[in-house]
Amino acid sequence: MFRTLYPHRLIAALGLSLGLAPSPAMAERLDLFEGEKLVLTNAVSSIEGSSGGGLATWATIGGMGTEDGIGVTGHVTGIELSDFGWRSYGVAVGIANRLELSYARQSLDTRDVGTELGLGRGFTLDQDVFAAKLKLAGDLVYGDPLMPQIALGVQHKRNLDKQVVRAVGALEGNGTDITLSATKLFLSHSLLANATARLTKGNQSGLLGFGQNYPAGSRLDGDDYSLQFEGSLAYQLSRRLIVGAEYRTMPDDLPVARQDDWLDVFAAYVVDDNVTVTAAYVDLGSIATFDDQRGALLSAQLAF
Amino acid sequence: MPAMPIAAALLLMQQAPPENVDWDEAFGVEEIAADPVTGELPVDPYVPDNANAGADPFASGKMAELFGGQEGIRAITDRLVAINLSDPRIAAIFESHDLVRLRRTLFEQFCYILNAGCDYTGRDMHASHAKLGIQKGDMNALVENLQMAMREAEVPFSAQNRFLAKLAPMSPDIIER
Ligand code: HEM
Repeated sequence: MFRTLYPHRLIAALGLSLGLAPSPAMAERLDLFEGEKLVLTNAVSSIEGSSGGGLATWATIGGMGTEDGIGVTGHVTGIELSDFGWRSYGVAVGIANRLELSYARQSLDTRDVGTELGLGRGFTLDQDVFAAKLKLAGDLVYGDPLMPQIALGVQHKRNLDKQVVRAVGALEGNGTDITLSATKLFLSHSLLANATARLTKGNQSGLLGFGQNYPAGSRLDGDDYSLQFEGSLAYQLSRRLIVGAEYRTMPDDLPVARQDDWLDVFAAYVVDDNVTVTAAYVDLGSIATFDDQRGALLSAQLAF
Repeated sequence: MPAMPIAAALLLMQQAPPENVDWDEAFGVEEIAADPVTGELPVDPYVPDNANAGADPFASGKMAELFGGQEGIRAITDRLVAINLSDPRIAAIFESHDLVRLRRTLFEQFCYILNAGCDYTGRDMHASHAKLGIQKGDMNALVENLQMAMREAEVPFSAQNRFLAKLAPMSPDIIER
């Protein structure tokens, strides 16, 4: 079987094109699926497929590979809301604990309210998210206790229901988010903290399209990026259990449907070295004119 | 067949080797003798200093208490070395090293950092681990083993993390790549 790959040149090239010198930690060769990370330090899978909390993207790199390895994760997440059902599933590959490539499919099932929205009962809005994240500096666990792991991410989202999202007033069916995240496990207090800045045009993260199609003559430009924030704070209760809360601000520019900030309170448990289950209470506020979308998130992640 | 008589002649001509030759010296092999009292092997000279431990000790004696005092710390460091030696991921790195010395210095280091009343007399972390080729995965394996040893000794998880917080910043001196 092939257990060794040589993609360090690719990463070095990527690093160089971003003006970073390839780190001396870059391994000569990479082991496949050796699973050498500490459990929980690959984080769980966010609904956008990238490694993070339930709703927020973190600076962590998915998969159990370390600086000299390659790891993978797969996840399935379901969120049961008052009126909607949210699903996401996807995969992520972590290379040398530096580069993460991920894909996720998100679906918002409109269930009964699909009729009221004029989409038809049970109409589902779908979107693909292709993402890349590059660790720029720092380490989640080791090194300077005040220096977080910092990563830059790109999430390219392709809505699969472009006509529908244009009909609700979105300008585009596709959009690209840029994220800059800092994450650190403060061992002395058993606390994990994350802060992420996100540049986005997405309405409800893109499920309702990107940008706003303001009427001709409007003084507003519907094609601007807005700067949003994601914060997470979690307490590690044991090697396998972490509980915490997240807050994610959302743009609120779509004239027809208000958007609220998101929040969740979660617990993630490492069932066995390769399986992590996350349960959360989530409050996504108003979605597509239906207010108070609260409910439960359940997510399972398989990681190697 | 002339080979046989020649071989016999050569055998007769050969002198018996002189007694009491120090072959180690003749071939430049340095003899390393363990200390008859401690059983430790000598190391290159260095200046002992508590700063070599790589972290400042905790201010109060509370952590020492949670680790069971010197006795508890001794049990944890001995257990850690034992787990490492039976861990196929990293056992090879420890084999052929002076484990008698490692047990002593590791105990001293933990005892010093936990403020349990010891001085650390070992080498600094960079000198101790240079050329061992330790990778991040090895470090993670050691952390898992230490967590196991502390868990077995019933050290509360938050105290385990507080101690790991003292060790984690040493990683640049320990991890080679
Ligand atoms: C924070 C983590 C670590 C700490 C606090 C630590 C501490 C120590 C100490 C106190 C010594 C003895 C120094 C002396 O003899 O003067 C030592 C030696 C040694 N350590 Fe570590 N160590 C750590 C990580 C590791 C790791 C990850 C490995 C390998 C998997 C490792 C392998 C060794 C070996 C083989 C020796 C013996 C070296 C020799 O005999 O020359 N250590 N370590």
